[in-house]
Amino acid sequence: MATIWIIITYLGALLAFAMGSKLFFRGTSADYFVASRSIGPFMLLMSVFGTTMTAFALVGSTGKAFERGIGTYGLMASSSGLIHAACFFLIGIKLWSIGKRYGYVTQIQFFRGRFDSNGLGYLLFPVLVLLVIPYLLIGVIGAAKTMIGVTGPKGPNPGMFPELFAGTNGAVPAWLTGLVVCLVVLCYIFAGGSRAAAWANTFQTLVFMVMGILAFYLISQKLGGLSAAIEQAKDSHKVRTLSENGEVGVSQLMFATYMFIPLSVGMFPHLFQHWLTAKSAKAFKLTVIAHPICIMIVWVPCVLIGVWATGVLPEDAISGAVLAKMVGILVKDPVIVGLVTAGILAAIMSSLDSQFLCLGTIFTNDIVLHNSRKDFTDRQILLMARGFVVGIVALTYILSLVLFKKNVFDLAVWCFSGFAALTPLVLAALYWRRATKAGAYACVLTVVVTWFIFFAMSGFGGEYTVLGGVMPVAICWLAGAVAMVGVSLVTTPPDEATVAKFFH
Amino acid sequence: MQSAASLMKSTGILLIVFLLLAVLHQDFWNWDNAHLVFGFMPLGLAYHALYSLVAATFWGIVMKVAWPHDLEEWADGGEQPSDVRGR
Repeated sequence: MATIWIIITYLGALLAFAMGSKLFFRGTSADYFVASRSIGPFMLLMSVFGTTMTAFALVGSTGKAFERGIGTYGLMASSSGLIHAACFFLIGIKLWSIGKRYGYVTQIQFFRGRFDSNGLGYLLFPVLVLLVIPYLLIGVIGAAKTMIGVTGPKGPNPGMFPELFAGTNGAVPAWLTGLVVCLVVLCYIFAGGSRAAAWANTFQTLVFMVMGILAFYLISQKLGGLSAAIEQAKDSHKVRTLSENGEVGVSQLMFATYMFIPLSVGMFPHLFQHWLTAKSAKAFKLTVIAHPICIMIVWVPCVLIGVWATGVLPEDAISGAVLAKMVGILVKDPVIVGLVTAGILAAIMSSLDSQFLCLGTIFTNDIVLHNSRKDFTDRQILLMARGFVVGIVALTYILSLVLFKKNVFDLAVWCFSGFAALTPLVLAALYWRRATKAGAYACVLTVVVTWFIFFAMSGFGGEYTVLGGVMPVAICWLAGAVAMVGVSLVTTPPDEATVAKFFH
Repeated sequence: MQSAASLMKSTGILLIVFLLLAVLHQDFWNWDNAHLVFGFMPLGLAYHALYSLVAATFWGIVMKVAWPHDLEEWADGGEQPSDVRGR
């Protein structure tokens, strides 16, 4: 029971902290969408880092290292340290300045303005929304599966609540975890919008960073110290050599082309919104510099735990449950299990809130307000945005129940790939005066088509490479870039006045 | 503040360093090395942990020498948010 109380306390503290931001809420739609562009350096770092990390930070990194070994860090973490920071510097700061100058609150507004095209917005809208939805489901379903793992039966013993939840053998059922997570996030996003998301993300990021280190320390102690812990792990997981069946280790081609995946942060609509909350361009400095270090603080312990687990858990253990199992089997203390579970939920929820808010913002601004001939009052806009947020949370919750048994985690890399492959669009929009509307259309359509072909070839999800190890994202990205450049060069240059508006 | 020529030069150098870092990320020479750094950290992992610190240092230098000083002033001189509506 102590475990459950710790989790309830965490959720209560999160809600109280996030609702505290309501004291600073100015009651305007600008405050709701972009916190009146008032977020300082530390909170920007925490909110951007927390939003970027998702459930992958604690659960995914440990599970992947358990499957593939130490290559996981270079594959996903150190490359992100370089590429994410590059996106924040080259894309984020520039978009912040344009967003502030012209009052943009969504990506689509920027692209519509830059390419002087209404239709581009309608083309991008379903693409961005469809790529965010599986990402949301991963969060809600991931939280439910974590709670089932923590409260479910252990060997012959039933779960924590055998009388209350007989149907799940004592485990907290998925419908309840999903409901609680969605309601908590909905409460503070409904009340405080992006300011509440920034406050909540700061709290959640600190929680999951501290809990990751705590789990690392306690597990290493139980295994007899750092040296003993690594000694008992499988040798195959201490190097990156690809095993004969290709399941352990990483191929060099895959390692190289995986570097395209972190480019996804350049096109995440929810991250775009976080960038716009910055008080000043200078607020980005800390985020750019500290992001690689924050990644290291979270990922090195988690990857090591995953590698250690190869000497503790059976080979067929479910990768998503490795961290929870290592804590459960080795540490056993229900308080620690509760704290680590709170850390996992923090990592998951710190992305969910921004995604819910961003979809609400997109629907309000890019669809309703954009098409409306009526002048809405700020109060009506606020009400509309909140209504959309409620609708999106409800839809996500229902979909999470319907698709609970499907392996939505397999979609994660495809969501990232889709966003990453679209980065030639934003790079050209920001740095190439000659980029045209037709080039932008060609880029998006080429990415959609190539992405879908590879997605279908993979069997609609899961890890998939071509040409002996090339990640499909690399091909989609190159195809998108070629389409952007080629079509722009053969079409009429953009209007001078439009270009002058975005380049100074 | 730097002159335009010196800014171009430092931007060029930073671009080369960035590309060098991207190449250094592909540490194929460590692929099969099972040596443990400090007795507990596999070399391939220790290399990339250090790489993260180097990346942070690199971005610290970028912030110092290639910061777009005129950006905030430009951002402040814009149209009002109502201009977003329409197209």
